[in-house]
Amino acid sequence: MNALTSFILILVVTGLAFAGGEISSCRVLLDVVLPYAAMAAFLVGLVYRVLKWASSPVPFNIPTTCGQQKSLSWIKSSWIESAHTKLGVAVRMAIEILLFRSLFRNSRAQIRQEGPRLLYSENKWLWLGALAFHWSMLVIVLRHLRFFVEPVPRFILAMDAVDGFFQISAPQLLVTDVVIIVALLFLLQRRLTDPKVRYISLFSDYLALFLLLGIAISGVLMRYFFKVDLEAVKQLAIGLVTFSPIVPASIGALFFVHLTLVSFLLAYLPFSKLVHMGGIFLSPTRNLPNDSRMVRHVNPWNYPVKVHTYQEWEEEFHDKIKAAGLPLERE
Amino acid sequence: MRDKVWIIAGLLLFLGLVTYPAWHDLVAGTTAKPPQLVLPANQKQCVAPLSYMRTSHMKLLLQWRRSVVRDGQTKYVAFDGKVYNMKLSGTCLRCHSQQEFCTRCHNYVGVRTPYCWNCHLDPAQVKRSAR
Repeated sequence: MNALTSFILILVVTGLAFAGGEISSCRVLLDVVLPYAAMAAFLVGLVYRVLKWASSPVPFNIPTTCGQQKSLSWIKSSWIESAHTKLGVAVRMAIEILLFRSLFRNSRAQIRQEGPRLLYSENKWLWLGALAFHWSMLVIVLRHLRFFVEPVPRFILAMDAVDGFFQISAPQLLVTDVVIIVALLFLLQRRLTDPKVRYISLFSDYLALFLLLGIAISGVLMRYFFKVDLEAVKQLAIGLVTFSPIVPASIGALFFVHLTLVSFLLAYLPFSKLVHMGGIFLSPTRNLPNDSRMVRHVNPWNYPVKVHTYQEWEEEFHDKIKAAGLPLERE
Repeated sequence: MRDKVWIIAGLLLFLGLVTYPAWHDLVAGTTAKPPQLVLPANQKQCVAPLSYMRTSHMKLLLQWRRSVVRDGQTKYVAFDGKVYNMKLSGTCLRCHSQQEFCTRCHNYVGVRTPYCWNCHLDPAQVKRSAR
Protein backbone atom coordinates (compact mmCIF):
# COMPACT_ATOMS: atom_id res chain seq x y z
CA MET A 1 0.00 0.00 0.00
CA ASN A 2 2.79 2.40 0.94
CA ALA A 3 4.62 1.44 -2.22
CA LEU A 4 1.55 1.95 -4.35
CA THR A 5 0.60 5.37 -2.97
CA SER A 6 4.14 6.71 -3.32
CA PHE A 7 4.31 5.33 -6.86
CA ILE A 8 1.02 7.03 -7.71
CA LEU A 9 2.26 10.31 -6.22
CA ILE A 10 5.35 10.25 -8.42
CA LEU A 11 3.20 9.37 -11.44
CA VAL A 12 0.90 12.31 -10.72
CA VAL A 13 3.86 14.71 -10.44
CA THR A 14 5.27 13.30 -13.67
CA GLY A 15 1.92 13.71 -15.40
CA LEU A 16 1.53 17.29 -14.20
CA ALA A 17 5.04 18.17 -15.39
CA PHE A 18 4.38 16.52 -18.73
CA ALA A 19 1.12 18.39 -19.20
CA GLY A 20 2.61 21.67 -17.93
CA GLY A 21 5.43 21.46 -20.46
CA GLU A 22 2.86 21.38 -23.25
CA ILE A 23 1.18 24.58 -22.12
CA SER A 24 3.36 27.56 -22.97
CA SER A 25 2.08 29.71 -20.11
CA CYS A 26 3.16 27.02 -17.62
CA ARG A 27 6.73 26.98 -18.93
CA VAL A 28 7.86 30.00 -16.93
CA LEU A 29 6.55 28.30 -13.82
CA LEU A 30 8.30 24.99 -14.56
CA ASP A 31 11.51 26.45 -16.02
CA VAL A 32 12.16 29.30 -13.62
CA VAL A 33 9.88 29.60 -10.60
CA LEU A 34 9.95 25.95 -9.59
CA PRO A 35 13.76 25.45 -9.74
CA TYR A 36 14.40 28.67 -7.79
CA ALA A 37 11.81 27.80 -5.15
CA ALA A 38 13.18 24.25 -4.84
CA MET A 39 16.78 25.42 -4.56
CA ALA A 40 15.83 27.98 -1.92
CA ALA A 41 13.95 25.32 0.05
CA PHE A 42 16.95 23.00 -0.24
CA LEU A 43 19.53 25.52 0.95
CA VAL A 44 17.44 27.07 3.72
CA GLY A 45 16.11 23.70 4.86
CA LEU A 46 19.52 22.10 4.98
CA VAL A 47 21.10 24.99 6.86
CA TYR A 48 18.19 24.92 9.30
CA ARG A 49 18.53 21.19 9.90
CA VAL A 50 22.30 21.31 10.39
CA LEU A 51 22.16 24.30 12.74
CA LYS A 52 19.41 22.60 14.73
CA TRP A 53 21.54 19.48 15.09
CA ALA A 54 24.55 21.61 15.98
CA SER A 55 22.70 23.27 18.82
CA SER A 56 21.49 19.98 20.33
CA PRO A 57 23.49 19.06 23.42
CA VAL A 58 25.17 15.67 23.59
CA PRO A 59 24.79 14.65 27.23
CA PHE A 60 26.66 11.37 27.01
CA ASN A 61 29.68 9.97 25.24
CA ILE A 62 27.85 7.46 23.06
CA PRO A 63 30.04 6.21 20.22
CA THR A 64 28.99 2.86 18.78
CA THR A 65 32.11 0.77 18.71
CA CYS A 66 33.07 -2.41 16.98
CA GLY A 67 36.50 -3.03 18.43
CA GLN A 68 38.57 -3.16 21.58
CA GLN A 69 38.62 0.11 23.47
CA LYS A 70 41.96 1.71 24.30
CA SER A 71 42.74 0.81 27.90
CA LEU A 72 45.86 -0.83 29.30
CA SER A 73 49.02 -0.67 27.27
CA TRP A 74 49.30 -4.44 26.90
CA ILE A 75 45.76 -4.88 25.56
CA LYS A 76 45.73 -4.38 21.82
CA SER A 77 43.15 -1.75 20.92
CA SER A 78 41.48 -1.04 17.62
CA TRP A 79 42.23 2.57 16.72
CA ILE A 80 39.72 2.87 13.87
CA GLU A 81 36.81 0.64 14.86
CA SER A 82 36.94 1.97 18.39
CA ALA A 83 38.68 5.26 17.79
CA HIS A 84 40.03 7.07 20.82
CA THR A 85 41.90 9.84 18.96
CA LYS A 86 40.70 12.59 16.64
CA LEU A 87 42.63 11.02 13.77
CA GLY A 88 40.98 7.69 14.43
CA VAL A 89 37.56 9.33 14.40
CA ALA A 90 38.36 11.11 11.15
CA VAL A 91 39.48 7.87 9.49
CA ARG A 92 36.46 6.02 10.83
CA MET A 93 34.11 8.74 9.54
CA ALA A 94 35.82 8.76 6.15
CA ILE A 95 35.45 4.99 5.81
CA GLU A 96 31.83 5.23 6.86
CA ILE A 97 30.99 8.10 4.50
CA LEU A 98 32.97 6.95 1.47
CA LEU A 99 32.69 3.16 1.78
CA PHE A 100 29.66 2.60 4.06
CA ARG A 101 31.57 0.54 6.63
CA SER A 102 28.53 -0.12 8.80
CA LEU A 103 26.49 -1.53 5.91
CA PHE A 104 29.38 -3.88 5.19
CA ARG A 105 28.59 -5.41 8.55
CA ASN A 106 25.00 -6.04 7.56
CA SER A 107 23.78 -9.53 8.42
CA ARG A 108 20.69 -11.56 7.74
CA ALA A 109 18.77 -13.61 10.28
CA GLN A 110 16.72 -16.50 8.99
CA ILE A 111 15.01 -19.57 10.39
CA ARG A 112 16.15 -22.70 8.65
CA GLN A 113 13.39 -24.79 7.15
CA GLU A 114 14.59 -28.23 8.43
CA GLY A 115 14.60 -27.33 12.08
CA PRO A 116 13.93 -24.45 14.42
CA ARG A 117 17.40 -23.01 14.08
CA LEU A 118 18.01 -19.29 13.78
CA LEU A 119 20.88 -18.67 11.41
CA TYR A 120 22.82 -15.48 10.98
CA SER A 121 24.69 -14.99 7.77
CA GLU A 122 26.60 -12.27 5.99
CA ASN A 123 24.58 -10.12 3.65
CA LYS A 124 26.64 -7.80 1.55
CA TRP A 125 24.04 -7.04 -1.15
CA LEU A 126 22.60 -4.01 0.61
CA TRP A 127 26.10 -2.60 0.99
CA LEU A 128 26.90 -3.19 -2.67
CA GLY A 129 23.60 -1.75 -3.89
CA ALA A 130 23.93 1.33 -1.68
CA LEU A 131 27.52 1.90 -2.71
CA ALA A 132 26.70 1.51 -6.41
CA PHE A 133 23.77 3.91 -6.14
CA HIS A 134 25.50 6.63 -4.11
CA TRP A 135 28.69 6.74 -6.17
CA SER A 136 26.77 6.77 -9.46
CA MET A 137 24.62 9.55 -8.10
CA LEU A 138 27.70 11.60 -7.19
CA VAL A 139 29.24 11.13 -10.63
CA ILE A 140 25.95 11.98 -12.33
CA VAL A 141 25.46 15.14 -10.26
CA LEU A 142 29.02 16.27 -11.01
CA ARG A 143 28.57 15.46 -14.70
CA HIS A 144 25.61 17.84 -14.79
CA LEU A 145 28.01 20.71 -14.11
CA ARG A 146 28.59 20.79 -17.85
CA PHE A 147 25.21 22.48 -18.21
CA PHE A 148 25.81 25.07 -15.50
CA VAL A 149 29.39 26.10 -16.08
CA GLU A 150 30.86 27.73 -19.18
CA PRO A 151 33.58 26.93 -20.19
CA VAL A 152 33.20 23.31 -19.09
CA PRO A 153 35.95 22.39 -16.61
CA ARG A 154 38.51 19.77 -17.65
CA PHE A 155 37.74 17.33 -14.87
CA ILE A 156 34.12 17.11 -15.97
CA LEU A 157 35.21 16.15 -19.47
CA ALA A 158 37.71 13.67 -18.05
CA MET A 159 35.02 12.12 -15.87
CA ASP A 160 32.71 11.91 -18.87
CA ALA A 161 35.43 10.13 -20.83
CA VAL A 162 35.90 7.52 -18.09
CA ASP A 163 32.15 7.13 -17.72
CA GLY A 164 31.76 6.55 -21.45
CA PHE A 165 34.73 4.19 -21.55
CA PHE A 166 32.95 1.49 -23.54
CA GLN A 167 32.17 3.88 -26.43
CA ILE A 168 28.87 2.23 -27.17
CA SER A 169 26.69 4.12 -29.69
CA ALA A 170 26.18 7.87 -29.77
CA PRO A 171 25.54 9.61 -27.47
CA GLN A 172 27.93 7.34 -25.68
CA LEU A 173 26.48 4.95 -23.15
CA LEU A 174 27.55 6.07 -19.69
CA VAL A 175 28.25 3.32 -17.17
CA THR A 176 26.80 5.25 -14.24
CA ASP A 177 23.45 5.58 -16.03
CA VAL A 178 23.14 1.81 -16.12
CA VAL A 179 24.52 1.28 -12.62
CA ILE A 180 22.22 3.79 -10.92
CA ILE A 181 19.05 2.28 -12.40
CA VAL A 182 20.11 -1.30 -11.65
CA ALA A 183 21.06 -0.32 -8.08
CA LEU A 184 17.80 1.54 -7.48
CA LEU A 185 15.76 -1.36 -8.85
CA PHE A 186 17.66 -3.71 -6.55
CA LEU A 187 17.05 -1.49 -3.52
CA LEU A 188 13.37 -1.33 -4.44
CA GLN A 189 12.98 -5.09 -4.92
CA ARG A 190 14.71 -5.61 -1.57
CA ARG A 191 11.95 -3.63 0.15
CA LEU A 192 9.21 -5.37 -1.82
CA THR A 193 10.27 -9.01 -1.67
CA ASP A 194 11.79 -9.45 1.78
CA PRO A 195 8.78 -9.68 4.17
CA LYS A 196 10.78 -8.36 7.16
CA VAL A 197 12.06 -5.32 5.28
CA ARG A 198 8.66 -4.79 3.69
CA TYR A 199 7.03 -4.74 7.11
CA ILE A 200 9.20 -1.85 8.31
CA SER A 201 9.17 0.09 5.01
CA LEU A 202 7.35 3.38 5.16
CA PHE A 203 5.73 5.61 2.60
CA SER A 204 8.79 7.89 2.63
CA ASP A 205 11.13 4.96 1.96
CA TYR A 206 9.30 4.09 -1.24
CA LEU A 207 8.80 7.72 -2.19
CA ALA A 208 12.54 8.37 -2.14
CA LEU A 209 13.22 5.31 -4.31
CA PHE A 210 10.49 6.06 -6.83
CA LEU A 211 11.52 9.71 -6.99
CA LEU A 212 15.16 8.83 -7.69
CA LEU A 213 14.09 6.20 -10.20
CA GLY A 214 11.87 8.74 -11.92
CA ILE A 215 14.74 11.20 -12.18
CA ALA A 216 17.17 8.57 -13.45
CA ILE A 217 14.75 7.08 -15.97
CA SER A 218 13.62 10.45 -17.34
CA GLY A 219 17.29 11.46 -17.68
CA VAL A 220 18.20 8.25 -19.49
CA LEU A 221 15.21 8.51 -21.84
CA MET A 222 16.18 12.09 -22.60
CA ARG A 223 19.79 11.25 -23.30
CA TYR A 224 19.36 8.14 -25.41
CA PHE A 225 15.86 7.97 -26.82
CA PHE A 226 13.67 11.07 -26.89
CA LYS A 227 16.30 13.68 -27.61
CA VAL A 228 16.15 17.23 -26.35
CA ASP A 229 17.87 20.39 -27.50
CA LEU A 230 21.00 20.53 -25.33
CA GLU A 231 21.92 24.05 -26.37
CA ALA A 232 18.56 25.29 -25.07
CA VAL A 233 19.03 23.25 -21.88
CA LYS A 234 22.41 24.85 -21.24
CA GLN A 235 21.06 28.34 -21.94
CA LEU A 236 18.30 27.74 -19.43
CA ALA A 237 20.71 26.34 -16.84
CA ILE A 238 23.18 29.22 -17.17
CA GLY A 239 20.33 31.70 -17.13
CA LEU A 240 19.18 30.23 -13.83
CA VAL A 241 22.55 30.27 -12.08
CA THR A 242 23.42 33.77 -13.30
CA PHE A 243 20.02 35.06 -12.10
CA SER A 244 18.99 36.25 -15.54
CA PRO A 245 16.65 33.43 -16.48
CA ILE A 246 15.44 32.93 -20.01
CA VAL A 247 12.68 30.57 -21.08
CA PRO A 248 13.64 28.66 -24.23
CA ALA A 249 10.88 28.18 -26.79
CA SER A 250 11.01 24.41 -26.74
CA ILE A 251 13.24 21.82 -25.17
CA GLY A 252 11.11 18.70 -25.09
CA ALA A 253 8.36 17.39 -22.83
CA LEU A 254 10.64 14.93 -21.01
CA PHE A 255 12.87 17.76 -19.89
CA PHE A 256 10.05 19.25 -17.85
CA VAL A 257 9.45 15.91 -16.17
CA HIS A 258 13.13 15.62 -15.30
CA LEU A 259 13.42 19.19 -14.03
CA THR A 260 10.20 18.96 -12.00
CA LEU A 261 11.25 15.70 -10.34
CA VAL A 262 14.69 17.14 -9.54
CA SER A 263 13.03 20.22 -8.05
CA PHE A 264 10.80 17.92 -6.01
CA LEU A 265 13.87 16.07 -4.76
CA LEU A 266 15.69 19.29 -3.83
CA ALA A 267 12.74 20.73 -1.96
CA TYR A 268 11.90 17.42 -0.27
CA LEU A 269 15.45 16.45 0.71
CA PRO A 270 16.01 18.60 3.84
CA PHE A 271 12.72 17.46 5.36
CA SER A 272 13.03 13.76 4.68
CA LYS A 273 15.27 10.85 5.54
CA LEU A 274 17.42 11.84 2.57
CA VAL A 275 18.99 14.52 4.74
CA HIS A 276 21.29 11.77 6.03
CA MET A 277 23.60 13.43 3.52
CA GLY A 278 24.30 16.03 6.22
CA GLY A 279 23.23 14.00 9.22
CA ILE A 280 25.94 11.38 8.84
CA PHE A 281 28.55 14.00 9.74
CA LEU A 282 26.68 14.96 12.89
CA SER A 283 25.94 11.52 14.33
CA PRO A 284 27.29 11.41 17.90
CA THR A 285 27.46 7.62 17.70
CA ARG A 286 30.04 8.01 14.95
CA ASN A 287 31.84 11.30 15.48
CA LEU A 288 32.65 11.00 19.17
CA PRO A 289 35.94 9.40 20.18
CA ASN A 290 35.63 6.36 22.44
CA ASP A 291 37.76 7.92 25.20
CA SER A 292 35.41 7.71 28.17
CA ARG A 293 38.19 6.12 30.26
CA MET A 294 40.58 8.98 29.54
CA VAL A 295 38.51 12.14 29.32
CA ARG A 296 35.51 13.08 31.40
CA HIS A 297 32.59 13.87 29.15
CA VAL A 298 30.77 16.77 30.73
CA ASN A 299 27.11 17.13 30.00
CA PRO A 300 26.80 20.57 28.45
CA TRP A 301 23.51 21.26 30.21
CA ASN A 302 24.99 20.61 33.65
CA TYR A 303 24.49 23.71 35.78
CA PRO A 304 26.65 24.41 38.84
CA VAL A 305 25.00 22.29 41.56
CA LYS A 306 25.14 23.64 45.12
CA VAL A 307 26.60 20.83 47.22
CA HIS A 308 26.86 20.49 50.96
CA THR A 309 29.57 17.92 51.72
CA TYR A 310 29.73 15.77 54.85
CA GLN A 311 32.83 17.62 56.02
CA GLU A 312 30.96 20.94 55.82
CA TRP A 313 27.98 19.41 57.63
CA GLU A 314 30.19 18.00 60.37
CA GLU A 315 31.84 21.37 60.86
CA GLU A 316 28.47 23.07 61.06
CA PHE A 317 27.13 20.75 63.78
CA HIS A 318 30.50 20.00 65.37
CA ASP A 319 29.56 21.08 68.87
CA LYS A 320 26.19 19.37 68.95
CA ILE A 321 27.60 16.08 67.69
CA LYS A 322 30.31 16.24 70.29
CA ALA A 323 27.81 17.04 73.04
CA ALA A 324 25.71 14.04 72.00
CA GLY A 325 28.77 11.85 72.25
CA LEU A 326 28.69 10.77 68.65
CA PRO A 327 31.94 9.89 66.86
CA LEU A 328 33.45 12.55 64.63
CA GLU A 329 35.54 11.91 61.57
CA ARG A 330 37.86 14.84 62.09
CA GLU A 331 39.22 14.74 65.57
CA MET B 1 27.73 20.13 20.55
CA ARG B 2 30.96 21.90 21.29
CA ASP B 3 32.28 21.58 17.75
CA LYS B 4 30.16 24.39 16.35
CA VAL B 5 33.10 25.99 14.57
CA TRP B 6 33.76 22.81 12.63
CA ILE B 7 30.10 22.28 11.84
CA ILE B 8 29.67 25.80 10.50
CA ALA B 9 32.90 25.56 8.52
CA GLY B 10 31.68 22.31 6.96
CA LEU B 11 28.30 23.82 6.23
CA LEU B 12 29.88 26.84 4.54
CA LEU B 13 32.11 24.55 2.48
CA PHE B 14 29.07 22.59 1.37
CA LEU B 15 27.14 25.74 0.48
CA GLY B 16 30.15 26.98 -1.47
CA LEU B 17 30.34 23.73 -3.44
CA VAL B 18 26.60 23.67 -4.17
CA THR B 19 26.62 27.26 -5.42
CA TYR B 20 29.91 26.78 -7.30
CA PRO B 21 28.32 27.22 -10.77
CA ALA B 22 26.93 30.62 -9.77
CA TRP B 23 30.34 31.82 -8.50
CA HIS B 24 32.18 30.39 -11.48
CA ASP B 25 29.86 32.04 -14.01
CA LEU B 26 29.97 35.30 -12.09
CA VAL B 27 33.79 35.40 -12.14
CA ALA B 28 34.04 34.18 -15.74
CA GLY B 29 31.33 36.65 -16.81
CA THR B 30 29.31 33.90 -18.46
CA THR B 31 25.95 34.77 -19.93
CA ALA B 32 23.26 32.59 -21.44
CA LYS B 33 24.49 33.55 -24.91
CA PRO B 34 24.57 30.56 -27.30
CA PRO B 35 27.85 29.71 -29.06
CA GLN B 36 28.62 31.56 -32.29
CA LEU B 37 28.24 28.98 -35.03
CA VAL B 38 29.33 29.63 -38.59
CA LEU B 39 26.41 28.54 -40.74
CA PRO B 40 26.83 27.45 -44.37
CA ALA B 41 26.69 30.36 -46.75
CA ASN B 42 25.65 28.41 -49.84
CA GLN B 43 22.81 26.28 -48.41
CA LYS B 44 19.53 27.06 -46.70
CA GLN B 45 18.29 23.57 -45.82
CA CYS B 46 20.11 20.68 -44.17
CA VAL B 47 19.40 17.02 -44.94
CA ALA B 48 16.72 16.97 -42.24
CA PRO B 49 14.62 19.66 -40.54
CA LEU B 50 16.51 21.96 -38.15
CA SER B 51 14.74 20.71 -35.01
CA TYR B 52 15.66 17.13 -35.85
CA MET B 53 19.28 17.99 -36.63
CA ARG B 54 19.68 19.98 -33.41
CA THR B 55 18.65 17.05 -31.23
CA SER B 56 19.30 13.89 -33.21
CA HIS B 57 22.12 14.44 -35.74
CA MET B 58 24.15 11.68 -34.06
CA LYS B 59 21.35 9.21 -34.73
CA LEU B 60 21.34 10.18 -38.39
CA LEU B 61 25.11 9.73 -38.60
CA LEU B 62 24.90 6.28 -37.02
CA GLN B 63 22.10 5.37 -39.41
CA TRP B 64 24.21 6.54 -42.36
CA ARG B 65 27.21 4.59 -41.16
CA ARG B 66 25.13 1.46 -40.86
CA SER B 67 23.59 1.91 -44.30
CA VAL B 68 26.94 2.45 -46.01
CA VAL B 69 29.06 -0.07 -44.14
CA ARG B 70 26.55 -2.89 -43.61
CA ASP B 71 23.99 -2.52 -46.37
CA GLY B 72 26.03 -0.89 -49.11
CA GLN B 73 23.47 1.88 -49.50
CA THR B 74 25.09 5.22 -50.26
CA LYS B 75 22.15 7.41 -51.27
CA TYR B 76 19.96 9.18 -48.73
CA VAL B 77 16.55 10.48 -49.76
CA ALA B 78 15.89 13.49 -47.58
CA PHE B 79 12.52 14.56 -46.20
CA ASP B 80 12.12 17.09 -49.04
CA GLY B 81 12.86 14.51 -51.74
CA LYS B 82 16.44 15.62 -52.40
CA VAL B 83 19.01 12.84 -52.73
CA TYR B 84 22.30 13.10 -50.85
CA ASN B 85 25.43 10.96 -50.69
CA MET B 86 25.76 9.48 -47.22
CA LYS B 87 29.19 10.92 -46.52
CA LEU B 88 30.47 12.80 -43.50
CA SER B 89 33.38 14.49 -45.23
CA GLY B 90 31.77 14.65 -48.65
CA THR B 91 28.30 15.85 -47.69
CA CYS B 92 28.17 17.23 -44.13
CA LEU B 93 31.56 18.91 -44.16
CA ARG B 94 31.04 20.31 -47.65
CA CYS B 95 28.77 22.91 -46.00
CA HIS B 96 29.70 22.80 -42.32
CA SER B 97 33.07 23.57 -40.81
CA GLN B 98 34.24 21.08 -38.22
CA GLN B 99 36.06 23.72 -36.17
CA GLU B 100 33.50 26.48 -36.39
CA PHE B 101 30.34 24.42 -36.31
CA CYS B 102 30.64 20.91 -34.85
CA THR B 103 33.33 21.55 -32.28
CA ARG B 104 32.01 24.89 -31.06
CA CYS B 105 28.64 23.52 -30.09
CA HIS B 106 30.13 20.29 -28.74
CA ASN B 107 32.48 22.29 -26.54
CA TYR B 108 29.60 24.45 -25.38
CA VAL B 109 27.48 21.59 -24.10
CA GLY B 110 30.50 19.61 -22.95
CA VAL B 111 30.08 16.70 -25.35
CA ARG B 112 33.46 15.16 -25.88
CA THR B 113 34.71 15.14 -29.46
CA PRO B 114 33.20 11.95 -30.82
CA TYR B 115 35.31 9.31 -32.47
CA CYS B 116 34.14 10.43 -35.94
CA TRP B 117 37.49 12.12 -36.43
CA ASN B 118 39.49 8.99 -35.71
CA CYS B 119 38.80 8.04 -39.34
CA HIS B 120 37.21 11.03 -41.05
CA LEU B 121 39.01 14.18 -42.07
CA ASP B 122 37.82 17.71 -42.36
CA PRO B 123 38.53 18.53 -46.05
CA ALA B 124 38.98 22.22 -45.30
CA GLN B 125 41.69 21.46 -42.79
CA VAL B 126 43.46 19.06 -45.13
CA LYS B 127 43.48 21.74 -47.82
CA ARG B 128 44.91 24.27 -45.40
CA SER B 129 47.69 21.99 -44.16
CA ALA B 130 48.58 20.90 -47.72
CA ARG B 131 49.30 24.46 -48.73
